[in-house]
Amino acid sequence: MQSSEPPASTPSAPPPPARRKRRAIDWPTAVLIAIVGSCAAYVYWRDGLDKFIAVVWDDTDLFLSMLPKVLAGCLTAAFLTVLLPREMISRWVGADAGFKGILISFCAGIILPGGPFTIFPIAGAFVGMGADIAAAVTLITSWTLVGLNRVVTWEMPFLGFDFVSWRYIAALPLPIIAGLLVRVIEKHFKLGMTRP
Amino acid sequence: MIDLIVTFALWLIVIALGVLVWRRSLPLLRESSKSGGTEFIQLLPRICVGVLGSGFIAAALPQDFVVRWLGSSSGIIGIAIAVAAGAATPGGPMVGFAIGAAALKGGAGAPQVIAYSTAWALYAFPRLLSYELPIMPARVVWLRVLSSLPLPFIAAAVAMLLGKP
Repeated sequence: MQSSEPPASTPSAPPPPARRKRRAIDWPTAVLIAIVGSCAAYVYWRDGLDKFIAVVWDDTDLFLSMLPKVLAGCLTAAFLTVLLPREMISRWVGADAGFKGILISFCAGIILPGGPFTIFPIAGAFVGMGADIAAAVTLITSWTLVGLNRVVTWEMPFLGFDFVSWRYIAALPLPIIAGLLVRVIEKHFKLGMTRP
Repeated sequence: MIDLIVTFALWLIVIALGVLVWRRSLPLLRESSKSGGTEFIQLLPRICVGVLGSGFIAAALPQDFVVRWLGSSSGIIGIAIAVAAGAATPGGPMVGFAIGAAALKGGAGAPQVIAYSTAWALYAFPRLLSYELPIMPARVVWLRVLSSLPLPFIAAAVAMLLGKP
């Protein structure tokens, strides 16, 4: 019997960091495709072809208006990654463990672009460098709730300028509240950094 | 109009940053533009799905159901439902925005939609499990989750206080 496959344990070539690989269709997208497909089929069955086409037509408009913004967002993210290396951000925030650390993380979260693969490693690096967890939590919260890149590129095209600016104002204090809450929880439940 | 201004401002930022990168070196500019462009192309199929989704989900959602359970008169119960739904929605660049826009078109109240998209942005449980936990120390993740619990409710309350735009 012939085996064309190489032996299972080749000593060379360490396993690639598979987690970082990005596929065009990941499973949240697959779930969404399933939901959208069923909704589209249901609309076609209930309202007929005319309504179906009207919906697609509306969506084409939205799609075309999004493209230049998304491209700009992707380029901004790529340029900022070059201009502001991860270590630099970590140094800014990591240096200060007081309320100022929370404020700096808050601002960093607003301007930092990119997906979860940029933000979580930065936040993880803070903690590794001995910055307090409150700063890391503020950064993640600020990035998810009031990060400009995400808001302008993704949220505005769907929800409109008025709605989003209103939501933005409502969400602005939240990252700082989250950071302060971490402090409170740490203090009361003795979950603070374990010192080596 | 506002859409045009926003797009214009975005491209001004791109050009300014591009010049800064170019001043470091031309190959660096070429390389980073290429990585930004690749990212864009990879996102295209998701954008298509998300955009089509916002239209079709909105058209398919039973309007009286949405108005009854998530309408502006649904109050705190509507907000609680919205928060639970947001936490259960998978991550990805815009799944939550697409569904939020659909609900808004379908008659949901604005504070409820804000609670939904805030909860989705903070939790998105599938993202939490597959991205965050493998990268971050578990204690940090749980502290973040715990300290974020009241945030969607605060956002909705502030939105109610501010009144409709």
